[in-house]
Amino acid sequence: MSARGGPMEKAFWGAGSLIVVVYALLPVGWIVSLSLKPEADLGDGRLIPAHVTLAHYRAIFHDAHFPAALRNSLGIASLSTLLAVTLAAFAAYAIVRLRFPGRRLILAAALSVAMFPPIAIIGPLFNLWRLTGLYNTWAGLMLPYMTFTLPLAIWTLSAFFRDIPWELDKAARVDGATPFQAFYRVIAPLAAPGIFASAVLVFIFAWNDFLFALSLTSTDRARTVPAAIAFFTGASQFQLPTGSIAAASVVVTVPIVVLVLIFQGRIVAGLTAGAVKG
Amino acid sequence: MRRLPAETRLGWLLCAPAVAMMLLVTAYPIGYAVWLSLFRYDLRFPGQRHFAALGNYVSVLGSGVWWNALANTAVLTIASVSAELVLGFAFALIMHHTLFGRRSVRTALLVPYGIVTVVAALAWRFAFDPTTGFVNGLLDLHGDWLARHGTALLIIVMTEVWKTTPFMALLLLAGLTLVPGDVRSAARADGANAVQRFFRITLPLMRPAVLVALLFRTLDAFRIFDTVFILTRGAEGTETVSIVGYRTLITRLNLGLGSALAVLIFLCVLLIAAVFVKSFGLPLTRDGAQTR
Repeated sequence: MSARGGPMEKAFWGAGSLIVVVYALLPVGWIVSLSLKPEADLGDGRLIPAHVTLAHYRAIFHDAHFPAALRNSLGIASLSTLLAVTLAAFAAYAIVRLRFPGRRLILAAALSVAMFPPIAIIGPLFNLWRLTGLYNTWAGLMLPYMTFTLPLAIWTLSAFFRDIPWELDKAARVDGATPFQAFYRVIAPLAAPGIFASAVLVFIFAWNDFLFALSLTSTDRARTVPAAIAFFTGASQFQLPTGSIAAASVVVTVPIVVLVLIFQGRIVAGLTAGAVKG
Repeated sequence: MRRLPAETRLGWLLCAPAVAMMLLVTAYPIGYAVWLSLFRYDLRFPGQRHFAALGNYVSVLGSGVWWNALANTAVLTIASVSAELVLGFAFALIMHHTLFGRRSVRTALLVPYGIVTVVAALAWRFAFDPTTGFVNGLLDLHGDWLARHGTALLIIVMTEVWKTTPFMALLLLAGLTLVPGDVRSAARADGANAVQRFFRITLPLMRPAVLVALLFRTLDAFRIFDTVFILTRGAEGTETVSIVGYRTLITRLNLGLGSALAVLIFLCVLLIAAVFVKSFGLPLTRDGAQTR
């Protein structure tokens, strides 16, 4: 399975790995470099900054809009994750553990939602949210985020739940636990790795979204970072505040890098459990 | 085990919130979009709303804007998904064969996967920008890449490929590990070279994994919005169907015409999914319970 063959072959795959790492990290390193350049050096065209300053970071945290956007992003993504994973866990438990008509239908419905183009419902949601007061609120963004991450979460959790030994569930039922107790006392702790995997994937989706945030918010009340960055303006209307945009980009990337470093194995397992085995 | 009605009830009870939410935020709005698409309805002039039957569809299908956007979207989708497939396979093979630092390679690849698309697009935009960028200096060029149709499309494709190849590579890597090692060892013993082993043994065994990855990436690429919005805002003739939809619905607040666009985009997605299922025999409806 693994690398056999001579030292030449090993060197070949080793060099390949190095190229992959550079490929993945170069654009990220570039935006970090840009965010550290003093205003005067922004146009110097150098990949590595000649001088380093944190001025752009100080500027965005004293900006009128960025801290609010960061708060919105963190709140909306965390709450969406919590709720979506909870709902998906109920559904996945039922699909894996219980025999009832309609299980296939639910998985098929989830799959269709996974393929659904968000742009197709932007107009109706814009109109409905305006009429119901959900426009420009946290809930107004959480609803689409939960909806579009439920399929992924249901599929991932179902795949993980399937690996949990049946016997423990039955044993708990024999010992007098209700089906619901069997769920949260026995299955839920065993399912924790799967729960984390799908939670990270849901969080990344909600954190990443641009289209809904752009269309369904209008002020600091609910606007998230990706949309806020797009509305950053410079000293004059025609000047793009490159330094601030770069610094904000780095700040919004930090949580993703932290999640990736902590949960890399889980993320990969979650991504592939939902898709490849399907 | 006996199938108790209580079990059915509990099953539906546990699934109900998730199903209700998915229906409420996708099925209901798309129905509403179909309804809206039959009206001349501009939010700036709400009083002039009137029934127009298929008038909006006639307007959309009769305009160059839709066909131009559809052509752009098709070009971007085909170019980026094929590049991702080739590059993704290369990365998956590298990760599969390398013993040293496989975890680090995987972690590094998850960064483009997880990074906010807007940020990825900004990094590429600044890199190619004639004043802030380093690419012109590196290549000793002076071009304004994003100000010309061809190069702008190229950068959009490169940004998409950079961001989404990791997803493809990780799915393909998972498919690769499902290929039994002894099958390939046997082929090796029979004198098959690396290329033959890949095309005759590995690729056919990975067919389902490849098709699933292709389907999801194709549908995802077809709805491309963030990258184009940040890189060009649709200028230089780089509009995609999602950009046109956004502009009509949210910028111009033309709900009738925009809804017709939305319905057409939805039909395109259905068509792509149907083509995958029909022509490649993708087993999408298989019971999830038997997938492991």
